[in-house]
Amino acid sequence: MSGSNGQGVYKPWLPFTPLLRKEVLRFWRVASQTLLTPIITASLYLFVFGATLGERISVLEGFNYAQFVIPGLILMGVINNSFANCSSSLFMSRYLGGIVDLLVTPVSPSQFILAYTLAAMLRGSLVGLVTWLISTLFAEMPWTSPLLAVLMALLASVLFAQFGLIAAIFAKNFDTLSMYSNFLLLPLIYLGGVFYPISILPAPWSNLSHLNPMFYLIDGFRHAVLGVGDTSFAVSFGVSSLMTVVLFLWAAWLIGTGKRLRS
Amino acid sequence: MDKALHIENLSKSFASVPAVKNLSFDIEQGEIFGLLGPNGAGKSTTINMVSGITRIDSGRISAFGFDNRSHYRKTRRMLGVVHQEIVIDNFFTVAQALNLHAGYYGVEDDPLWRQELIDRLDLGPHLEKVMIKLSGGMKRRFMIAKALIHRPRLLILDEPTAGVDVELRHSLWDFVREINRNGTTILLTTHYLEEAEQMCDRIAIMNHGELVALEPTRDLVRRLSRRTLKLWLDSPLESIPTELETYHPRLEGNGRQLILCLPTDSGVSELLHQLSSLHLGIKDFETEQSGLEDVFLQLTRSGRNS
Repeated sequence: MSGSNGQGVYKPWLPFTPLLRKEVLRFWRVASQTLLTPIITASLYLFVFGATLGERISVLEGFNYAQFVIPGLILMGVINNSFANCSSSLFMSRYLGGIVDLLVTPVSPSQFILAYTLAAMLRGSLVGLVTWLISTLFAEMPWTSPLLAVLMALLASVLFAQFGLIAAIFAKNFDTLSMYSNFLLLPLIYLGGVFYPISILPAPWSNLSHLNPMFYLIDGFRHAVLGVGDTSFAVSFGVSSLMTVVLFLWAAWLIGTGKRLRS
Repeated sequence: MDKALHIENLSKSFASVPAVKNLSFDIEQGEIFGLLGPNGAGKSTTINMVSGITRIDSGRISAFGFDNRSHYRKTRRMLGVVHQEIVIDNFFTVAQALNLHAGYYGVEDDPLWRQELIDRLDLGPHLEKVMIKLSGGMKRRFMIAKALIHRPRLLILDEPTAGVDVELRHSLWDFVREINRNGTTILLTTHYLEEAEQMCDRIAIMNHGELVALEPTRDLVRRLSRRTLKLWLDSPLESIPTELETYHPRLEGNGRQLILCLPTDSGVSELLHQLSSLHLGIKDFETEQSGLEDVFLQLTRSGRNS
């Protein structure tokens, strides 16, 4: 035996790369669940709203319904999958006990968050990208500010990756975790303007919808794609950025202090 | 030289129930140290506080001179932990998991060292298997390889042989002795006290979260174990001679067997002289020495009764 007691040179940045690789491999290994299923779901939405209703309804002047709904569907894919990737990975680690393998290593809280977030962003972006590619079969989008659209999509992805981490830390069992998804995330998305512009709602629903954080993400993304929205891009971007910072700080505090991760 | 592990006034409670109470001990570099105790004694809680899985309520832990909270990156990469529960990630193959694990510790993958671990732990034929396909014994072997992949200076084995067959247990302990000879300090907990007696240079026994003994293994067994002398007599004894009272005598076998507890701190010449002068008609005799198991029961039972 060559001797077990002779550690190589320590590289403090190194733990991040394998952790990111692990997280990416994790969703890639079950791609039928993590990528194919959401893409099929998005395709069904696109077919219903694009091929059937798309040309017949208009909720926004100058655009058919397919053009209106596609940005919302793309962002919905990004949001759902960013959330699901972080929440399921971390919760399964907690639930099955595998988290101790990470807790005993020198992986820092920032590396932990960054690796989980980037993997979630990759999955969310892949679903969003494929949804967009499929959407080209149903409608031509103007892409007024493509860079701003990418920025909003990435911001949404980061935000919901943080939310996924927080949900996984607080969830006590699978039921609680699915409650975050079914009773919080889903209503917020559906009521946040994916399928209709908030401006067509009567008072007080229109005003109440402005309290839905999802509205700013969806409206900001749609604004960047179509060039019009219910509110200005600056407001959408500002509110979304603020929410992202708040959730990031919360997730960082939870992971840094080890709340509910370390006994 | 810094201690491999220094634990000072360590305490931990769960929901106001104390699990570890004001625990202090040191582990020297290069030794094999056994931490024993009944279930719920606080061994795993202590190990979890050392490795960082459990937060410390009060007290201090340092590894090789570094505090395990303020220098957690330094201390954690010097430790390798084999958890009591089987911890595996079913998404990955053995090869992938070993490769990833080296990286978590901030050291580049060392193919030679990795291959050595694979060979020594017979993991070669299973490298491309996903974890869920491994047998229980293979999972244990993998966990040891995983704990050693970054060449830790202190290896913590929390009941590594629980549920493992005899052959694998022997080969694992041989391997642990070998890595210890190569400079790795070992901290182990086990329920197999015979193994602890054979393996450990020093043993600490915990009970109800407290340290009840800490000594070199041989001293502990010698100090606390009991030697007994069993005498087979020609004819039955009706009563025990008062001269033998100090040896806590008892009669068995209808008075034909006399059992005496031998002193641990003095010779037996006085006893032999007394037996000779009593003319008991000794047909045969046998001596018995209790081991760590008896010492363990003695210490932990007394703690329970107190």
